[in-house]
Order: sequence, then structure tokens, then C-alpha cells
Amino acid sequence: MSEATVPILELKGLTKQFEFNGDRIDALRDANLRVNKGEFVCLIGASGCGKSTLLRIVAGFETATRGSALMWDRPIEGPAPDRGMVFQDYGLFPWLSVRKNIGFGPSSRGRPSAEIKDTVDRFIELVGLQRFADAYPHQLSGGMKQRVAIARVLANDAEIVLMDEPFGALDAMTRERLQDELLDIWQRTGLTVLFVTHSIEEAIFLADRVVVMSPGPGRIDSQMQITLPRPRDVVASDFNDIRRELSLRLHSHHARKAA
Amino acid sequence: MNAGAETGTAPPLNETQAAPAPRALPPFIQRLKNPAIAALFPLAVVVFWHFATYGRKFSLIPPPSDVAIELYDMAFGGVWDDAFSQTLHIHLLASLSRVYGGFAMACAVALPLGLMIGRLPFVRQLLDPTFQVLRPIPVTAWLPLAMIIFGLGPRSAVFLVFLGAFYPVLINTIFGVRSVDPRLFEAASMLGCEGTAQFFKVVLPASLPAIFTGLRLGLGFAWVVIVVGEMTGVQTGLGAIIMEARQLSRTEIVIGGMIVIGIAGFISDRIVMWLGRRLLRWSPNNV
Repeated sequence: MSEATVPILELKGLTKQFEFNGDRIDALRDANLRVNKGEFVCLIGASGCGKSTLLRIVAGFETATRGSALMWDRPIEGPAPDRGMVFQDYGLFPWLSVRKNIGFGPSSRGRPSAEIKDTVDRFIELVGLQRFADAYPHQLSGGMKQRVAIARVLANDAEIVLMDEPFGALDAMTRERLQDELLDIWQRTGLTVLFVTHSIEEAIFLADRVVVMSPGPGRIDSQMQITLPRPRDVVASDFNDIRRELSLRLHSHHARKAA
Repeated sequence: MNAGAETGTAPPLNETQAAPAPRALPPFIQRLKNPAIAALFPLAVVVFWHFATYGRKFSLIPPPSDVAIELYDMAFGGVWDDAFSQTLHIHLLASLSRVYGGFAMACAVALPLGLMIGRLPFVRQLLDPTFQVLRPIPVTAWLPLAMIIFGLGPRSAVFLVFLGAFYPVLINTIFGVRSVDPRLFEAASMLGCEGTAQFFKVVLPASLPAIFTGLRLGLGFAWVVIVVGEMTGVQTGLGAIIMEARQLSRTEIVIGGMIVIGIAGFISDRIVMWLGRRLLRWSPNNV
């Protein structure tokens, strides 16, 4: 039980500044966040609140101006397989089949081919794409592409999956199905997920904890533990209570800014 | 230069195939439909050419039948039995070897150079401005200099082919390398593929469509340039016989040579396209 209290990810005073027309803009200011192993954390906020910046720093694509980002107590230095990113625009390799896309990580790390095949088969099955194993990305629908992207980071032994509005480009039906599938995979594999979204409903439906961020400068506003039992009913009254509360927190910033 | 846009606009041209036939034709006729449509225009040109020239004593342009007979004689002999009879294969082979030799050399230099210019900022800063200045110089303007450096003869022709094929291959390779979606580098590095491995597993495959466009254009230019290259001081080659025939006022040989060049260039383009189609099956822009 002690494992649950060890943070897999810890951000301390994380600040990211950009130069813009000679001005310094704080894309992210003094963000503090602990994520425990196996936790599903959603970041929500309006655009410009720094949620994607935070995610990209954790992924190692960008470096913080100040503060520290620690994974298992060790500073994050650049991208690495333990932190897998799922992009909104998929980022699949168009010249590789579904099978080869999923096997890209293991084969890059020089795993023996028999092991790669086993891994790939397992994760193709996990995301239900057996029939499309040899298809190329351009032959797949958006939902299928995103399944491949998820399988790709899982096949590469990612401990924490970073998702940047992964279902934002999908239609509502596909989106709901993928949310269910993601929860199912998360529960079966004991992954840690850091999930960026601008949909309050999506955040409450998925997360153990919702982190509310606010823009100008981007920072973490507040956090809320979601204790509703899963599977969650998006039209239940307690679900709506949380939705109202989060909506209030999100919109209070707009009101404050407008005033 | 824009590979994607060019291939991207191509598919609608083929959609005539999809048009449903009013009455179902046998499949082999269906398959012949497109080539038949493609042959209509050249056929019309030949008919016009025939009526414009046939039976006119002082026509400087020979009728198509003369050209056909001459082509037959150049290929198989037995009609005129002159200096040109049964020599077509010699000239064709000579031109082919120069085209493909010069083209291969151009690829051998332009591909690695393009990859480096596209990928390494220092090499780009070092070489790109020079190439930008050299590029507008027409290949034919190099001819005198080539003859001084390589002497009169086939080596100058090969050099010109090299130059003609070099720039399209180089420019498209650079373009391909530079337009790789940055997202793919992020994806590769988070999956554990970094440094030089990224070059082979991301840059190279991602720029392959643009590289193939360059190869097609380069080979096309190679066929354009070979004729110019063979027109001075070369004994064999399609360009050489065209030049020689011009001096002898054998216009039917000139036209015959032109037709052979057209067909040879067309076939070699088809070979590159076929290769590209096999290698780029993954590409949504693939024709």
C-alpha cells in the first residue's frame, strides 16, 4: 500500500517563459503537482492555461525555465520511453503498418524480434485492431489511429501515458467508445495517466483527480478528487454537481478577467 | 518543388475510369479504353501531318510514312542500306548508357548532399547559397566549359546529363528532408529512437515521396539534356544522329530520332513511377 504514496511524478515550482515580441510571457507559472502511480489525472482549463506546456515538459519535449520536474525522484532530461505521449494528431509513422508502428519502440530499443512480435500481438489485441494489423495509417479512421497511438506507447513499456487532448479530433460516438476503452486498459494495466482536455465532462468521467488550470499566466488553480464509483453515469445528479462545481471554478477566471 | 501538391492533384485525372459505362463492355475493352483515349490526339496529329505533307514534292517535312519506313530501316535494315541502316540499337544504347550513367552519378552525389543540406545546418550554410546561384545557369551554358574540361566527346555529354539531373534530385531531396513533420521526431524520440537512428527510421522514409519526385524530374531532364550533349563531337547517340541527319537534310531521320527519344524517355519515366508506387504504397498521395 505504501506504493500509492510514492509519487511517480512530481513537479515543483515549474515555470515556463516564452519570449514574445520582446516580452516575457509566462506560459506556466509555479506549477506544483504530484501524481501517484496508477493514478488517472486530468488537466482542464481554457486555452493558454499552460496545460499542454506542462505536458510537453513532462514528456521532455520542452525544458522548464525554472523549477523541477521529477520522475521517480530523478530530473526529467529529454524524451524517454517511460513517458509515452499520445498526440491529438496521432503522430503515427505513415510509412509503417499498424503492426510496425506499434513495434517501433521495442525495435528501436533493440528487442529480439520474437519478443517484439509477442508484444505487438498483445497490444493489437488489447486495442482490438487485429483485422487492421497490416493497414497503413491513412487507411484508418481517426479512432483507429488513436488506438494505434495508445498501443504504441503501451507496447513500449511506458509507465506514465501523457495524453494531449487525444480524443479532441474525434466524433462524439467514437470519443465515448475510446474513453471507455481507455478506462478499461487503464484498469487492467495499472498505468498512470496524465490527460489534458478542455471538456469538463470528459475529465470527470475519466479522472481520479481533476486539476483545474487558469490562463494568463498559466497556473494550477485548484484540484478536485473525483470519488464517484466507476463506471460513471454522465447524467447522474452527483456527476452534475461536480460538473457545476468545476464549471464554476473554470469560469470564475473569465469573470475575474472581464471585471 | 512541391511534391505533395503535385501528386495530390493527380488522382482526379484518373477518375474517368470510375464513370459507369451505359452498357457493360467486356473487361479487355474496358482496359483498353484509357490507352485508346490517350492515342486519339497523336493519331489526329499524324493524320493532319500526313495530309499536310504527303505528295508535295518540295515539302521540307517528310510525310509520316517516310518517317515510319526510315525508322524501320534504322531498326532492322533492308530498305535503304545506307550509313544509318540497322544502327538504331547502337545509338539507343549509347544514349541510354549516358543517360543512366549521368543520372546515376547525379543521384550518387545529389542524394547524400541533399540529405546533409536538409539535415545539417552547417552544411546548409556552407553549400546552399552556392547552389542557389549555380542553379539558374542553364545546362546548355555549361557546354563550352564542359568541352574544355572533359574534351570533345561523350564525357562532356555525360557531364551535362549529370548537371541536368543533379538539381531536381538535390532540390527535392532537401525539400523532402526539411518538410518532415516535427511531430514525427517527437514521436520517435519518446519511443527511444534518437540521433542517427532517427535519420534512418524517420527522415529517410518520410522524405522518400519528395525524393522520388526529384528522381522523376531528374531523369526527365537527363533525356532533355542528352540530345544537346551529343550534338557536338559525339559519333554515336540519338542526339548525334539527329545532328548528322540535319546536316544531310535527312529530316525523316531527325523526326525518327525525336520519336525514339520520346518513347525511351517515357518508358524510363514509367519504370521510376512503377518503382515509386511499390515503395510508396503507404503514401496517401501515391498515384
